[in-house]
Amino acid sequence: MSFLSYLINGISLGSVYAIIALGYTMVYGIARMLNFAHGDIIMVGGYAAFFAMVNGGLPPILSVLIAMAVCTVLGLVIERIAYKPLRMAPSLAVLITAIGVSYFLQNLALLLFGANTKTFQSVVTLPALSLAGGKLQISATTIVTVAACIVIVAALSLFINKTRIGQAMLAVSEDRGAAQLMGINVNSTIATTFAIGSALAAVAGVLLCSAYPSLNPYTGSMPGIKAFTAAVFGGIGSIPGAMVGGLLLGVIEILGRAYVSSQLSDAIVFAVLIVILLVKPTGIFGHKIQEKV
Amino acid sequence: MALLEVKDLQVYYGMIQALKGISFNVDKGEIIALIGANGAGKTTTLQAVTGLLPKKAGTVTLNGTDITKLPPHKIVKMGMAHVPEGRRVFARLTVYQNLNMGAYTKRDKDAFSKNLEMVYEKFPRLKERRNQLAGTLSGGEQQMLAMGRALMSQPGILLMDEPSMGLSPIYVNEIFQIIEEVSASGTTVLLVEQNAKKALSIADRAYVLETGNVVLEGKASDLLNDESIKKAYLGE
Repeated sequence: MSFLSYLINGISLGSVYAIIALGYTMVYGIARMLNFAHGDIIMVGGYAAFFAMVNGGLPPILSVLIAMAVCTVLGLVIERIAYKPLRMAPSLAVLITAIGVSYFLQNLALLLFGANTKTFQSVVTLPALSLAGGKLQISATTIVTVAACIVIVAALSLFINKTRIGQAMLAVSEDRGAAQLMGINVNSTIATTFAIGSALAAVAGVLLCSAYPSLNPYTGSMPGIKAFTAAVFGGIGSIPGAMVGGLLLGVIEILGRAYVSSQLSDAIVFAVLIVILLVKPTGIFGHKIQEKV
Repeated sequence: MALLEVKDLQVYYGMIQALKGISFNVDKGEIIALIGANGAGKTTTLQAVTGLLPKKAGTVTLNGTDITKLPPHKIVKMGMAHVPEGRRVFARLTVYQNLNMGAYTKRDKDAFSKNLEMVYEKFPRLKERRNQLAGTLSGGEQQMLAMGRALMSQPGILLMDEPSMGLSPIYVNEIFQIIEEVSASGTTVLLVEQNAKKALSIADRAYVLETGNVVLEGKASDLLNDESIKKAYLGE
């Protein structure tokens, strides 16, 4: 029974990684950049929800919506100020800028909110689900997290395949120049992608802090890196890849922690990543990226 | 008044000047060819006209409107379609999805089905392969798809960059025949071609580009018989 319980925890953590990885993978697919500040947007989302609930006394659902709004605006501002001016710059310049933005957000949070870890209260206040005569307990947070991941992936797939903006995203991710020739506004498509990715980061931040209730300015850093790993794992740029990669990563991490060593669990995660990339360099669902001349 | 008027267009790649002040005009209903050797600036000219490349100097006017500073998506909305060099079809989308992208600026449902029918009629092979991924098509089929995709926006003027490149003679003939058909149905065509003979055979007028300058212009039929052109570009 304990294996099943670990597995469920792994899927839950993996769902959080998957939601973060979706943001990474969409931004990469469409803007062709790695937004290393993505993890820190999670942290901002966590703080926004925390203050809305604790200081504002607002109900959890409303707090989540506020966190999403805050992160959407933040994502748009970051894209406009830090990344848009570098649209024609070499990708290394953009990468370094993204790392800079990441440190900026962490230190801004340190300045504004202090270094003390805050105890986050789960946004899910329902009782745990008890199965098999109480031998298997599944917390409501876990159920909500997994459900949120499924709903988000389904909604995102529908959005991309059925809406005009989704079609524009698809075209831009395939060939930016050709997309422009179809009459697609590339700048607004990229901005929309950042907005969606950041709103998802807020959801991930709230779910992460609900499951692991400590919040400080570095909370988003490690999950951000792991979610990036998950995105690469699944094939960067691929939405199903981000989901599968995130889930796998979460399950490997929790099982590794339970059965091998809690200190080594992160090392195991990255070892598996290295092996997968050796066998399939483009990730599970990845396709070869052709360099355009 | 010319439909498209380009005046003293200058484009730089970094420090290197690719276009040194090119002027030409395209009247409604014409087929205009830009010919010249590799590196003469033909593709650069088209890309600057549609806004894909920034212009250092000069003006571009479409239908009397100054479009010099407009981004590509706005220019496309004004009725200009550009079939880029190397086709640039969306390889991982199906033929149908590609055509749908071409209609991005034309959302009207009736117009869409009418245009789709027209494209399928012009290119029956695209209809046969409508559910196939564009990346799996042959070069000639991809060229047809790129043209069909451009026609989905019902353009007033169609810019075509090297449509014959890398195609077998049979496809080249077919593509050029369709360009004439498109022109006959009222679309103005600006054609860039290395295959000067083929281009001059369907064009009304032509401009000869050499290292970023227009060195010669005239009626296509005259240029076909011009001794210097024959020697330099027609391989005679």
